[in-house]
Amino acid sequence: MNSALIPAIPFLSACILMLGWKRINRTAVSVIACGSLALSALIAVVAAVQVAQHNGAPQMLQVWNWMQVAGFRAGIDFRLDALSVVFVLVITIVGFLIHVYATAYMHDDEDYSRFFACMNLFVGAMLVLVMADNLVLLYLGWEGVGLCSYLLIGFWYKDPANGYAARKAFIVTRVGDTAMAFALFLLYQHTGTLHIQGVLQAGAQLWAKGDPAVTMIALLLLGGAVGKSAQLPLQTWLPDAMAGPTPVSALIHAATMVTAGVYLIARTHTLFELAPAAQTATAVIGGMTLVIAGVSALVQTDIKRVLAYSTVSQIGYMFLALGCGAWSAAIFHFVTHAFFKALLFMSAGAVIVALHHEQDMFKMGGLKKLLPGVFWVFLIGSASLAALPFVTAGFYSKDQIIWLAWSAAGGGTGYWITALLGALLTGMYTFRMFFLVFYGEARTHVHHRPGARMMVPLYILAVLSTVAGFVELPHTLGHVTLFSHWLLPVLPAVQVVTESAALEWTSQAVSALLSFAGIGMAYMWVMKHPQGMREFLEMPAIVWLRGCWQRGWDFDEIYDALLVRPFVFLSQINSKDLVDKIYTGLARAMEWCHNMMARTQSGILRWYIMGVVLGAVAILSVLIWRLYEI
Amino acid sequence: MNMHPTTAGLLLAGILFVLGLISVLIRRNIIFMLLSVEIMLNAAGLAFVVASSHWGTADGQVMFMFILAMAAAEVSVGLALILQLYHQLRTLDSDEANRMHG
Repeated sequence: MNSALIPAIPFLSACILMLGWKRINRTAVSVIACGSLALSALIAVVAAVQVAQHNGAPQMLQVWNWMQVAGFRAGIDFRLDALSVVFVLVITIVGFLIHVYATAYMHDDEDYSRFFACMNLFVGAMLVLVMADNLVLLYLGWEGVGLCSYLLIGFWYKDPANGYAARKAFIVTRVGDTAMAFALFLLYQHTGTLHIQGVLQAGAQLWAKGDPAVTMIALLLLGGAVGKSAQLPLQTWLPDAMAGPTPVSALIHAATMVTAGVYLIARTHTLFELAPAAQTATAVIGGMTLVIAGVSALVQTDIKRVLAYSTVSQIGYMFLALGCGAWSAAIFHFVTHAFFKALLFMSAGAVIVALHHEQDMFKMGGLKKLLPGVFWVFLIGSASLAALPFVTAGFYSKDQIIWLAWSAAGGGTGYWITALLGALLTGMYTFRMFFLVFYGEARTHVHHRPGARMMVPLYILAVLSTVAGFVELPHTLGHVTLFSHWLLPVLPAVQVVTESAALEWTSQAVSALLSFAGIGMAYMWVMKHPQGMREFLEMPAIVWLRGCWQRGWDFDEIYDALLVRPFVFLSQINSKDLVDKIYTGLARAMEWCHNMMARTQSGILRWYIMGVVLGAVAILSVLIWRLYEI
Repeated sequence: MNMHPTTAGLLLAGILFVLGLISVLIRRNIIFMLLSVEIMLNAAGLAFVVASSHWGTADGQVMFMFILAMAAAEVSVGLALILQLYHQLRTLDSDEANRMHG
């Protein structure tokens, strides 16, 4: 089976849906959209088995010669190795489940076909991104997913706010994309190729550790990753991206596209290893983001914004892991996060639909009895996100990151404490949301129960969110290393400095304790003492702080003042076209002369005669004067 | 008052010409403007006649015949125009005929 079909089938289906537009009926649209992804997922599984049979040896595919100029070649070349197989599997399988869910979620939408065309296009572009064998093709996929993200955030384009959110997402990520483009230029300048493996090999020979050139390149690549993955300081677009339909948030802004930055850094990890400064920057950015976003998630009222900030925070964990050199731990967390965050987003979507598009958590409540199915899957997702010990996938992946943030060669106590703080915050905001939505008194009438097409994907994801963790167990608990072993051909094993079972136990105990503490605090806050908490929250200083956090630490205001307003000011000046002033001025002078001349045409005969007389007198005067002169 | 007849004739022609010119400039009635133009033409004719008598040749008087013929033609065209103007505007005020002002 040709693995190039994996991205080709979603593209084909997107083309059919786009060209068919509204001529295809809804059933056919659903079948084409979901069927194409099911096919892709099947082929991906076959490809994964093939790669496994060859002990992780990559599958190379040269489909087409894209461009070939003066010794530079960029082809539509795919490479399926251990790392891309993991991404491809997650994208196709989670993507398929989300598509099935979306057929129910978007059922009444008039632009059903357009929605699925964009979704399929997105999946195709994302698959190109992770399968690309050269950086140019990767960049194509990178921009493709950005475009689809824009199209789908602004899917309900009739509301100007959605269009604004879409533009914001596009422009903010474009800042990162520009940095990434510069990184590619520099890489080509130094290594003379953009073939990923070639670049990595050439880089390892060309540069010593800490060389300024490779540091620059790694930092620029990090810039691209930061933009795409909504990390500090470019994280502002993701919460607003929740304007899109919920399946979009689940697929693009939780499971797949936002982790493209993680993929990029893992893919070019050789360069980051050569640039310790860039790697430290990755860890610091990840650490700061995970705390800042976690705090913001704590005070949101919109359920989707809680999940958006939580996504930012969890990707912060992945960046922290990447920065510590724990490559496979980051990818492991990507996998589990894709499962439980897609699950959470989609069950939140089910709640939102059930309550007639109500997103304010303070207007929900008491849904435990009314929506028992959603309650259970949401509980599993929340437990996984909050990293409840032993039974959830999130525990194993996050715990690995927390432990490695301390013990890995690139780690440190500071990272460890940050990660633990994040664990506490995660427990708090997750279960604050959970208690607010499902407990207490019902505040909104449930008018619609989710059907099987919504619930079955949720059940499957709930199972995955639980069992996916067992492919990688820590030393202290069984020591299974299936996942990191699988990635070993691509990503080197993490260098652990302090290897001690006792310390690992301590780290696990502390992190587990902190998640429980977070959950306990959320319980006290929402369930036990809501009155006291409300009084506490009404204190003036707290109100201000809460507002600031709710607005995402006022990053938007800062960017508005620093960048947007000066830019608008400049463009307003320039909209009057300074250069054009010369030509418009010339035209204005001509017009003035014309008006002056036109004024002499008074239409009054005597004035004309007067003109003739004055002319004659003038000529005669000159003649006579000349006559006497001579 | 001892003046050479040529000087007196030219002076008279000059005075007539200036009178005609002034009345062309200040009259608004278009018939009077036409009359004033006639006066100016005749002043010019008078100058020709005076000059021809001064030099003792017939050239100036021939020229005056031309001027008379030209004046007759001009008056006929001019009067026709005035009639048309009156039909169009119901007035003889030349300032009213200012439709083509810029």
